[in-house]
Order: sequence, then structure tokens, then C-alpha cells
Amino acid sequence: MKATRIFSAFFTVIMLLTLLTAAPPVFALESGWEIDYSDYDWTRLAGDNVTLNVYNWGEYMSLDGGDGEFDVNGEFEKLTGIKVNYTNFASNEELYAKLHSGGSTYDILIPSDYMIGRLIDEGLLEKLDFDNIPNFGNVFDIYKSPEYDPANEYSVPYLSGIIGIVYNTTLVDKDDDVETWDILWDEKYANNILMFSNSRDAFMISCFRLGYSPNTTDENELRAAAEELKKQKLLVQAYVMDEIYDKMGGGEAALAPYYNGDAAAMIADNPDLAFAIPREGTNHFVDAFCIPKGSKNKEAAEIYINFLCETLVALKNSQFVGYMTPVKTAYEALTPEQQANTMVYPSDEILKNTVTYTTLSPAAKNLIDSLWTEILSEVGASPWMTPVVLIAAVGISLWINIRRYVKKKTATN
Amino acid sequence: MTRKSRFLAAPYLVWLAIFTIIPLALIVVFAFTTTVTVDETGRIITAEELLSAEADGVVLGELTEKTVFTLDNITATSAYMPVMVRSIWLALIATVLCLVIGYPTAYLISRLTFSRQKMMLMLVMLPMWMNFLLRTYAWMTLLERNGWINKLLGLIGLGPFEMINTQGAVVLGMVYNYLPFMILPLYSIMTKIDNSVLEAAGDLGCNPIKTFSRVVWPLSLPGVATGITMVFVPAISTFIISRMLGGGTNMLIGDLIDLQFLGNAYNPNLGAAISLVLMAVILLCMSITNALDNEDMEGGALL
Repeated sequence: MKATRIFSAFFTVIMLLTLLTAAPPVFALESGWEIDYSDYDWTRLAGDNVTLNVYNWGEYMSLDGGDGEFDVNGEFEKLTGIKVNYTNFASNEELYAKLHSGGSTYDILIPSDYMIGRLIDEGLLEKLDFDNIPNFGNVFDIYKSPEYDPANEYSVPYLSGIIGIVYNTTLVDKDDDVETWDILWDEKYANNILMFSNSRDAFMISCFRLGYSPNTTDENELRAAAEELKKQKLLVQAYVMDEIYDKMGGGEAALAPYYNGDAAAMIADNPDLAFAIPREGTNHFVDAFCIPKGSKNKEAAEIYINFLCETLVALKNSQFVGYMTPVKTAYEALTPEQQANTMVYPSDEILKNTVTYTTLSPAAKNLIDSLWTEILSEVGASPWMTPVVLIAAVGISLWINIRRYVKKKTATN
Repeated sequence: MTRKSRFLAAPYLVWLAIFTIIPLALIVVFAFTTTVTVDETGRIITAEELLSAEADGVVLGELTEKTVFTLDNITATSAYMPVMVRSIWLALIATVLCLVIGYPTAYLISRLTFSRQKMMLMLVMLPMWMNFLLRTYAWMTLLERNGWINKLLGLIGLGPFEMINTQGAVVLGMVYNYLPFMILPLYSIMTKIDNSVLEAAGDLGCNPIKTFSRVVWPLSLPGVATGITMVFVPAISTFIISRMLGGGTNMLIGDLIDLQFLGNAYNPNLGAAISLVLMAVILLCMSITNALDNEDMEGGALL
């Protein structure tokens, strides 16, 4: 016992010494990439045995899955001596539910625009110390001080993308106009349409189609949008999120709205697929780094954010997941062909025709939530149905059990 | 019950209190409360007022949130009665199908030699060695429009049939996943029916049909009751089967609850109210099945 303890102490000292003395100004990554790290003190927390809990979307970071890809978290651990505990979520709402119920401690969150605004409003985020994130200077000016974080105190953008329509060229008529949301309401494609199973994106589509803003809080407009979604339900094959890969890849459906980066991945798998951006307008989303209140490793988290804004790291992430990087130096490092890929980097003209989600007021959000539940489940019956059923069910159960009990008693007597 | 045996029950009682009674109480509390916005004077501000104030740019003063008692959640669940009815209906069909398939299977297994019984039981359990999600996912690829079943049928010139995203697919998923829960309790009760009992019935002049209706069936009732409960309860509250095989358009009560907690419509109060209704339905179902074997169910039943 004692011997191992001495050994491990000795080992730690050696580790520390190598880290402190040998940190070179140019840090050569194992995979052959070189970054100039001399202008930032990356190793200041190396000996503190810090573990950083990162909560990100699935398939949303360049990690080594055994195929020699650039491993962001591995490189970060090697560089800083800070451990990364990486977990995934599937939707902004899931992240919100996790955070709201407490009990779990994260140091880095990567939610989308409207959710960041909501978390700020509810006081669930920590203000960032931008002195620790000098690489924020690399970010394009248009991504600074966004509507969801007007003073830019809480977030640093990670990646961004837009929503369009993925369609199967063998199943959709060549003469049909796919650059409009109307095609998702075309009866010709009944039972061939997939739709978002999250309310915000579904309402966005319905609102744009009716000429409303996707950020509308007007009750009449929201109800009208919900009516249209109810009509669409008769044509929808299934409400999906990640299942879309399987279904579009296998030619199960003709049309589905989805995010451009994922669409690019689907097209790579199935060349029959194509992507169109509706001219009515669409959503431009930004996912950004935040630090939740109660994080015990705030400084380490800021070092992590700074690392992910490094030109090379941002470049690798953007190339791996197929979404736009807001880091200017990373964009400039792309090859001209990559910059010209309009699937990942839509033209300015298209981007001008997009709207970023704002945080809705709780009242408007509740209205959308209940309308959405109403759309997914047909609604009817008078409000007294449930109380009556509830009382009847409990009453009958009681009666049955009491009768049994009495019977048993009389039988034994 | 002696003092000692009561003492032995203590660990379970603690477990019961922490993980069953307290969560149940929390659900009841959630179901009957709601969070409202109030201004300084304590007046409740409705959602409509908030929306219109926001539209007009009016500031309503210092607003705070408060938890108050309400019956609104319970009455609000009435709107989802069609979902409730559909869940009960589909779970009922699945339970009946499980019984129809499981009963003869269990009887046949119970009449085999002991080593064969073991072997057959293992075969019944075999699908359960694989993860529940994977099993359901596999059905997705089988039933799809370009799936394996349609491909096979296409070879002999049939189809393609619309199988995925229908209620039939959901019932199939339930039957497939919960059939072992029907067979196992039935089997365990049927092995206790001695062959000599059946022979005696025959000697006393019963034909096979009468032997079944007057001997086997009454003796197996506790197993039937347990089997029905063990299939019906998970089937009525499932959400992953309906999402994967029903395509999200055949929503069940489980999906509705999931939607209120982890899904898009974050409303734990409504979710708790729906759970409460579901619990009442399950209670009713269990009471009825228990009444089924009320006469002499000394021993045998698993529940």
C-alpha cells in the first residue's frame, strides 16, 4: 500500500514537472496538426485534477471514433491536463428539463439561441470572463451580441446552420417546386412526408408559410399556424428527429424538413437525396457555449471555450459536422471549394432571408406547447370526462376489493 | 407475524417509503398544483393578460411566481381522452392476443418432460436477452415500406403494404415484447396441475373440452390474472413502441407523459395529472383481474 502511494506521488510530481517545464510554445498535436499556443497559458490548471462536464448535442463535435479523426477532447486533455467528461442531449428541451430539475452538474452547455435566452432570463447561466477567452476576437462580428444575448455576456457561438427541405429526387416530381414550404402540404405526397417532432421548428415552418414571423407571439397567428399543422398531420407519415437518417436514407419518405449539416451527411449516404431552401424564408440557428450557474470549474470551462475557438479546432469541428463556423479565421482557412459549398455555407442572399429564433415569453411558449400537444393528439371530450372517469375507476376498484375482503371474511368465519 | 419477522421487513419498508410512497405523493402534489404569475398585490395574472400586455408593450409591475392549488390539470387531461381510450384499446387488444397465443403455448410447455420444459422456457426468454430498444428497432426495418417483409412479398408479386406507422404495428410491437410476461406466469401455474388430476377427470367421464373448462381453466386462473396484469400494465404505459412503430402519429398516453417531462411541452403538472389518471386505470384493471381469481387463490399467483 505504502509503496504504491509513494510511487503515485512520485509519478504525479514527475508529471507536473514535465507539464510545467516542457510546455513548448508550439504544441505539436499527435495527429500532426500544429497550433501556436504560445500566446495563452493553457496549462495553468494542469495539476489541479479538474474534470470538466461537457453537455453537447449528439454527433456534434469532431471526436475520434477509431478512424483517426481529429479528437477535440483528447487534444484538449493532452494540452491542458484537464479531463473532459463528455455527454450528449437530443433536444434543447431535454437540456432544459435536466437543468431545471437540478441534480446534475455541468460546466459547459451548448444549447441553441432561443434556449440560451430563456436560460439567461431564468438566471440559470453564469457570466463569462472574456479575459480567459481571447479567441472570441476570432469570431465574425455578425455573431457577436446576438438578440438572445444582447450584451454578449453569457455565450460564445460554436456552430450555426439553417433549416431546409431534404427530398428524394426519385420520389419527387421534377416539375414540382421544392423551394417552398407549400410542398410539405401537397396532397400528392400524402404519407410521404416526415415532419419535425419538436414544436419550435414545426411552428416556424407553418408561420413562414402563412407569412408570419417564426417569433410571433400573436395568439391568432399561432392558432392559425396550429390549424395548418393539424391539416398537415393527415399527410404526415411520421414525426421524427434523428430517425430521419434511417427513413430518408432508406427511401421511406419523399420529403422532410431538416438541418443543413445533417442533410449533407444524408446526401453523402444516399445520392438520390437533395436539399432545397424555401424562398419564404427559414430559420438560421446558432448553437453557443454557455456555463451554467453552479459550475465549480468556471475557469477550466473558459479555457475549454477558448480552445474550441482556436482556428484549427473550429475548422476541424466545422468540417466534421458540416455546419457553418462563426470563427472567422477558421472560415478563412477553408479551401475555396469548401467555402463555395452552399449546403454548408449558404449564400449571403439566402442568409438575409433567414430569421434567428428569439426567446418567447412564458405565456407564448405555454400556448405553443399546448397547441402542439393538441396537434399530436386529437382533442375532444368535455372537461368533466377525466374527473368522472377518475372517480369511477377508483370507486369501482374500491368496491371490488371491499367485496372480496368481505367475502373472504365470511368464508373464514 | 412475530416481532422478528417484522424487523426483517424493515429494509423493504424503508425502500418502499423512499422510492414508492414519496414519489407517489409528489405526483399527487404536482397534479393538483400549478405555477401562476402574480403581481405585487397578489392578483393572479392570466396568460391572456400577459400576452396582450406584451403585445401592447405594457409593463405589469413586479411579477413573481407562486404555486397554488388547482383542479385545472385534472380537467385539462379530459382533452386527451381520445389518447387515453386509444391506449386502453390497443393495450387491451395486445393483452388478448398475448393470452390467445400464450395460453396454449404455456399449456403445451407444462406437459413436456422436465428437460424439454427447460429448453422451451429458454426459447421463450431468448428474445429478452436482446435489448428492448434494439428489438423494437429491428421491427422498424422489417415493417418499413422498403423493409424486408415488403421485399419478400414483392418477390411473389404482392404488396407493398403499409405496415409501419399504423396501430397494427404498435400492437405487434406490444405483443412481441410482452408475450414472455404472459407465458411465464401461466406456465408456472400450469406445471402445478398434476397429470393425475387430468386423468381423474377423464376417468370420471369428462371429455377433453370438459376437462379443460372444468379443471384446467379454473386451476390456471391465478396465472391468467397475473399474466394479464403483467402485459396490460406495461403495454398501456409504453411510449417507445408507439413512437418507433407508430411514427408519432399514433400517440399513446405514455408519449403524452413523455412530452410533458422530457419532450417539447415542458409541463410537469399536466404530466403528473395524466400519470394519476393512468394509475387509476391500472388500479381498476388490477382489481378486476384480481377479482377474476378471487375464490380460491391460495398460493400460485405471482402478484
